[in-house]
Amino acid sequence: MLMDEAAVKQRTLDAAIASADRWSVAGRTFTSRLIVGTGKYKSFSQNAQAVEASGAEIVTVAVRRINISDPKQPMLIDFIDPKKVTYLPNTAGCFTADEAVRTLRLAREAGGWTLVKLEVLGEAKTLYPDMRETLKATETLAGEGFEPMVYCVDDPIAARQLEEAGAVAIMPLGAPIGSGLGIQNRVTIRLIVEGAKVPVLVDAGVGTASDAAVAMELGCDGVLMNTAIAEAKDPVAMARAMKLAVEAGRIAYRAGRMGQRRYADPSSPLAGLI
Amino acid sequence: MDETASITVNGEPRRVPRGISVADLALELGLEPTRVAVERNLEIVPRSTLGQVEVEDGDDYEIVTFVGGG
Repeated sequence: MLMDEAAVKQRTLDAAIASADRWSVAGRTFTSRLIVGTGKYKSFSQNAQAVEASGAEIVTVAVRRINISDPKQPMLIDFIDPKKVTYLPNTAGCFTADEAVRTLRLAREAGGWTLVKLEVLGEAKTLYPDMRETLKATETLAGEGFEPMVYCVDDPIAARQLEEAGAVAIMPLGAPIGSGLGIQNRVTIRLIVEGAKVPVLVDAGVGTASDAAVAMELGCDGVLMNTAIAEAKDPVAMARAMKLAVEAGRIAYRAGRMGQRRYADPSSPLAGLI
Repeated sequence: MDETASITVNGEPRRVPRGISVADLALELGLEPTRVAVERNLEIVPRSTLGQVEVEDGDDYEIVTFVGGG
């Protein structure tokens, strides 16, 4: 009985912390700071279970040609309900501003919303963004009423330029897409966080839960990931781990970490030693 | 004049009856018009007008939907 009361108390506390710490992008407010992708899963049902376990309220989706030869095959929207989870259409695979803009115009027609993820890639080997094309596409999209969340390099100047061009969120990579190398650029990510007036989310590079916590401890508003969950041996369990890591990292950031020292400092009092 | 129009859908050539609407085209392909987005000759066809826009000979269509992606 006592355990139950303690558990209830803990849940209430968790809920209070979460609800007091929401974040907003382009006027939409969310509780979860984890955005997950929907690619590379073994099946739609595994994908749906992972989304559920991650607690994500936003999922990224790609826009692709319908398979005309097999139009009745199952579709993502049969498994992940766009009325319950916000679909964030991306432009993955686009290498020019024109391709990206064209893709998102179609996405807006398919989904009916303007919040989108822009990524314009520079080359297949690194999947690094082409910032000249990315900036061009951001301007065009903003001019057409889109609200682009933008995948970008970890450059605080580029981030500011994107913001001026109409980006509603800045999403620098922590390491190359799909690499799982973790956050390789803490200093520059932090510089972007300090300079930005719009939300900053690490997009790409997370490999395991501690990486997600690092991103959040740097003060990012959120983290976007796909491969780290989809390619885990147990994606549903990893999705849960990521949920907890993002929450832990966020709470740690708000709690304010201790200072670092070069030498030891005992936790037990020195006075009263026998 | 032929009774059919020669068009391209998602990069593949097709013949469809003349005078059908884009919504009819989607249905003929086995697609639910409310679940796809259609681009005709690089211009979006708004969903609300799919029933009114007529398929014309030489049209180039892209019909897309959402799939898994990161």
